[in-house]
Amino acid sequence: MFSPTKQGGMPEWTQLWRSLMKGEFHSVKVVKILHQVGLPVIGMLVFVMIWHLGAQRIDTSLGVFPGPLEVAEQGQNLYAEHVAERGKEAGFYQRQEVRVAERVLVDPGYKPVLRDYTGSATFFDQILTSLATVMSGFLLASLIAVPLGIVIGLSSSMHAAINPLIQIFKPVSPLAWLPLVTMLVSAIYTSDDPMVAKSFVTSMLTVSLCSLWPTLINTSVGVTSVSQDLVNVSRVLRLGWWSHVIKIVLPSALPMIFTGLRLSLGIAWMVLIAAEMLAQNPGLGKFVWDEFQNGSSQSLGRIMVAVFAIGFIGFLLDRAMLSLQRWLVWDKQSAQR
Amino acid sequence: MKAILELSKVGITFDTPRGPFEAIKEVDLKIAEGEFISLIGHSGCGKSTVLNIVAGLLQATNGGAILDGKEVYQPGPERAVVFQNHSLLPWLTAYENVEIAVRQVFKGKKSKAEMRDWIEHNLALVHMTHAQHKRPDEISGGMKQRVGIARALAMQPRVLLMDEPFGALDALTRAHLQDSLMDIHRQLGSTVIMITHDVDEAVLLSDRIVMMTNGPSATVGEVLDITLPRPRDRLALADDPAYNRCRQRVLQFLYEKQRKVQPIPMSSDSAKSSMAVQNFG
Repeated sequence: MFSPTKQGGMPEWTQLWRSLMKGEFHSVKVVKILHQVGLPVIGMLVFVMIWHLGAQRIDTSLGVFPGPLEVAEQGQNLYAEHVAERGKEAGFYQRQEVRVAERVLVDPGYKPVLRDYTGSATFFDQILTSLATVMSGFLLASLIAVPLGIVIGLSSSMHAAINPLIQIFKPVSPLAWLPLVTMLVSAIYTSDDPMVAKSFVTSMLTVSLCSLWPTLINTSVGVTSVSQDLVNVSRVLRLGWWSHVIKIVLPSALPMIFTGLRLSLGIAWMVLIAAEMLAQNPGLGKFVWDEFQNGSSQSLGRIMVAVFAIGFIGFLLDRAMLSLQRWLVWDKQSAQR
Repeated sequence: MKAILELSKVGITFDTPRGPFEAIKEVDLKIAEGEFISLIGHSGCGKSTVLNIVAGLLQATNGGAILDGKEVYQPGPERAVVFQNHSLLPWLTAYENVEIAVRQVFKGKKSKAEMRDWIEHNLALVHMTHAQHKRPDEISGGMKQRVGIARALAMQPRVLLMDEPFGALDALTRAHLQDSLMDIHRQLGSTVIMITHDVDEAVLLSDRIVMMTNGPSATVGEVLDITLPRPRDRLALADDPAYNRCRQRVLQFLYEKQRKVQPIPMSSDSAKSSMAVQNFG
């Protein structure tokens, strides 16, 4: 029932590609390929040219503004650093193992104290931290927003009561929430052996606070617009409140809920960088901030690498949500864009 | 004649921003078990309102509907409704659409296997076995309506309520479905109330045609008994004098006694008053 449908550009142009490889030449198809592949490539080339030429003319206190070549170089550097750090880590654990083995050989009653490697986080570690933070924040936001949205959508009184709060809190910037959340977390999340770092909790909560609104609003709209005919079917069947929500309301509203979730995930990812910068959560936000504070001649190039990474990951997250939507939602039309 | 459903002095008044609006008043009707009743009248005359009151989807302001000696005050599967636009759940297959009704109605009364048989039996009754695992957007309008009928029949209703069930279908499909419905009615002996605009449909299918006057304050104008022998065949009936007399009676009622005069809207204000229909009865 939930088969992924073949929509969107990919299958079509792989098909075109295949027929071209077979030597079938259709001018209409070639024009289509040029349109779908050629134009984006041209757009990117023009951007890189302008960037390259423009960057050379800008002198900052940290040297010339990085052009495409410098950024590519920094990207390679970051990867090399990551590989080197992993090598060091493996070496550390190996040495520790050998040391313990030798000691046990001499003194069989020895209880080894194993230490964790405490090297610095690499760019790729920071990406993973960011992803973990954004996903937990987004998940928390969804767990609040979807049920609350359903309740608001079902009851006009709840809607009247909560709508003003939504309208007021929706436009608030993460930068405004962060100090409050930081103090709140410091006051409440006190444990000698915390499971996760405070900075993680702070960033996650800020992300949740900023990203739950689109899901909340879209869910409630989706629930409100459940067709009256379907509601009548439910009434004739005398479905209980719970069955009504699960069997009628939720599937009806699912396309709208997913629209909300996609918007929310986009906002969550955008907000995350700012939150991490201020909360010092060891993710991409902290990376950018640290590079900025570092102020070496390479810093701007490395920040630019982060910018591309952020953009690309944001794009992938959106695609992932879209695939999930296509897979789960009955209304394939709603997942066209 | 033992009435299983009785409408007694049913009236309903809606509160509108322009004051109370009495849609129907003093509708009296007794329906015997196994009877096929058509409600016919011009659009806006409150046919659907009557049906919705019987279904329990609307609450009558005066009087009420009594089913098996009990007053109707909420919707329920013993008064299953076939909606005009099928109202199938678009994310479920035909089978699952019937299943949701069967599960709800026969929870604890039928075993899993019995339920499956019952669902398949009802889909077979409307000739939908071949497409039972298709979703509504994969089947035609007529097929959707068949599934809607199967879903309603699967609830084993005391009274089957049909709100212009074939109104949105093309003429050929409609004829097919009418024949199917006659078959089913003969097999099951269901009690049916059907709303229709279509005079031929009413005469062909019904035991009695209830003709409603124009609203506001619409009520039962005339009741016509159709004593044509069953099974009825639409081709044979086309030249049948009795059939044509029945048709004539209904047409006379609709186009002479209750002729609907739509005032031509002059401005946006007068457009709203198009509800106020002149009554030549």
